[in-house]
Amino acid sequence: MEQTTAYSATGGGSASMSLGRAAVAIVGLILTLILLVIGFLFLRDSDAPRLVIALVAIIWGVGGVAALYTLANYLVESFTPKWTALIQPYIFVGPAILLLIWYLAAPTLRTLSLSLYTTQGGVTTFAGLDNYRAIIDSRIMREALLNNIVWLVVGTSLTVGLGLLIAILADRSSFERIAKSAIFMPMAISMVGAGVIWKFVFDVNPDIGLLNSVVTGLGGQPQDWLRQVQPYNNLFLIIVMVWLQTGFAMVLISAAIKGIPEDLLEAARVDGANEITIFFRIMIPSIMGTLITVTTTTIIFTLKVFDIVMVMTGGQFGTEVIGVRFYKEMFTAGNQGYGSAIAIVLLIAVTPVIIYNLREFSKRETF
Amino acid sequence: MRITKNRATLLVNGILLFIVIIWTIPIAGLLISSIRNRDAIRTSGWWTIFPHQANVTVEERPIPTGQASDQPITIDGITKSFQEWKAGVAMPDGSTLIWEGTVRVGKLVISKPQIIADTNFTLDNYSQVLEGKTLTIQNPDGTVTTQQGENLVNAFLNSLTVAIPSTIIPILIAAFAAYGFAWMKFPGRRWLFIMIVALLVVPLQIALVPILRDYVSLGLNGTFLGIWLAHTGFGLPLACYLLYNYISQLPKDILESAFIDGASHFTMFTRLVLPLSVPALASFAIFQFLWVWNDYLVSLIFIGFGNGQNKVLTMRIADLVGSRGQDWFLLTAAGFVSMIIPLAVFFALQRYFVRGLMAGSVKG
Repeated sequence: MEQTTAYSATGGGSASMSLGRAAVAIVGLILTLILLVIGFLFLRDSDAPRLVIALVAIIWGVGGVAALYTLANYLVESFTPKWTALIQPYIFVGPAILLLIWYLAAPTLRTLSLSLYTTQGGVTTFAGLDNYRAIIDSRIMREALLNNIVWLVVGTSLTVGLGLLIAILADRSSFERIAKSAIFMPMAISMVGAGVIWKFVFDVNPDIGLLNSVVTGLGGQPQDWLRQVQPYNNLFLIIVMVWLQTGFAMVLISAAIKGIPEDLLEAARVDGANEITIFFRIMIPSIMGTLITVTTTTIIFTLKVFDIVMVMTGGQFGTEVIGVRFYKEMFTAGNQGYGSAIAIVLLIAVTPVIIYNLREFSKRETF
Repeated sequence: MRITKNRATLLVNGILLFIVIIWTIPIAGLLISSIRNRDAIRTSGWWTIFPHQANVTVEERPIPTGQASDQPITIDGITKSFQEWKAGVAMPDGSTLIWEGTVRVGKLVISKPQIIADTNFTLDNYSQVLEGKTLTIQNPDGTVTTQQGENLVNAFLNSLTVAIPSTIIPILIAAFAAYGFAWMKFPGRRWLFIMIVALLVVPLQIALVPILRDYVSLGLNGTFLGIWLAHTGFGLPLACYLLYNYISQLPKDILESAFIDGASHFTMFTRLVLPLSVPALASFAIFQFLWVWNDYLVSLIFIGFGNGQNKVLTMRIADLVGSRGQDWFLLTAAGFVSMIIPLAVFFALQRYFVRGLMAGSVKG
């Protein structure tokens, strides 16, 4: 701001004003890049105490990104309005798109091409759709797909349903913070920790396994929940996922409920609407966007589910899922082509979700 | 009217309390297990720390000699078959007598039901986790040296150094992108958005090998920048998707009036959209922080092959448990140590989830 005033004071027109801005922005960008390189070299080679390194790293990383955005925008806004309108959107979405292409889109395309090849005895040959045909013919893949559907339906409805229920109850309860913290707590545990916890719960020995201790206490027979009670053992794995994931749904839904304007609810109450009407006519429509978001995210989570199954059963005893299958083929068995085809099947499976979200996206207006 | 309202409140609190208790039991089990010693964890459930009725051995006697397994055996005036004695016989005084062993070699165990509680607590698991495991090394010349493993403080700082930028950078980048997709018009908008939603489902495992190759040639392997960018790249689809959904639902009137007043997109974003999106930013910040904090796979691949100085907490904990998983009971304590920071973050950010942030922004 001071720069532009300085220039206009010397009598420059609007063209030189923005030229001045552009020059400042370019110099600033170059200086920032130099500082970033210096910071990178310092962090890589320094033997300073860990605390110093931690502080420098955090300031360098976060500050660097913020500075780059600010300066790039400063530069773009110095152009003529037409050029600004043309280029600015790419300053906003560009960094995200570039990172996504590098980290996910390019590897996905590579996977797609790998899925068309097969390697046998060290020789890679083009196989067309053979890998996909093998997936359809494979009994274990059919089991995995079927299990994933169970995960999707049961897991998603339980997670979103419980998340909604808890968010609403907590909103009206007298111990909201404690309740939300308790539901959220499983999210703070690493997968390995959660695996240990639930192995204790499902253990076949009633002296160690909580569930069997309850069952025998009620006069029943101890069961090997994760191995022998097929196909219901899938449900016990889904319970673990619901336990871990409901906190996610609850936090997002709760934030949306807090976003409903209080006067809207108050007005409805004054008009004599009862709580059930308010719930269905006001709350649900107001948080619909969030519910769709949470459901989409949870569906995708259930399709991708990997570590819970891997830690608890390793996909044995009829609990195979696509994510575990993919991992085993790709990294354990080394069938790159077949494994890649599985990953692509996963991508195809989510197409309906993408189409639905896209329809919502197309309805939007912009400036 | 007041009575029904009280009853409704009671019902709400009751149901919620029930859910909360169910949710907390497994964690309570882990917490209690973490202060029990190694053998206790292996042989009995954590709930045995509460007073409960159990048969406690009060006496052990040698078996009467000269018995045969196919003949009835009389002990203390009670005659039963050998099989029955093996299964345990209730004696008149309320105790149970069990024949342990074979008919020739064994002992009689007499136990009585008593109220007991297993309260042998120890902090050993925690001290091993925090101070580093003591390693006993057998030297080639036969002497044995004991050395203290590295403590977790450095790993803790490393985890913070990885997690804080890996949370803030993707949020910043995703918020810019979300605003761009929600409120700006540009060629390619639709296709780029399809790409983001499609990438939500891509399992990050497919990216590990190609990215590692890029990192080796760029010299990014084992550096903080490398791991931040990796977490950013893998977290971006969800971050963009969630923030887009929130930012696109902000009331159009506010932005429109600011736009008409001549505010640039950058000003609207920093002055208007970011402050209004605080609840969404805070929610996503919590999740991204947790995922990064608890991540093992990504750190293992992008930091693990470096010089090892930058190892994070999850990697140290995995070292602690041992390559054969022989010390897995330490996980109970390690799980709690690594939970401290995520919970602190949750409590710190929870105050942003309050009603009223949008108050006054929507004309009724």
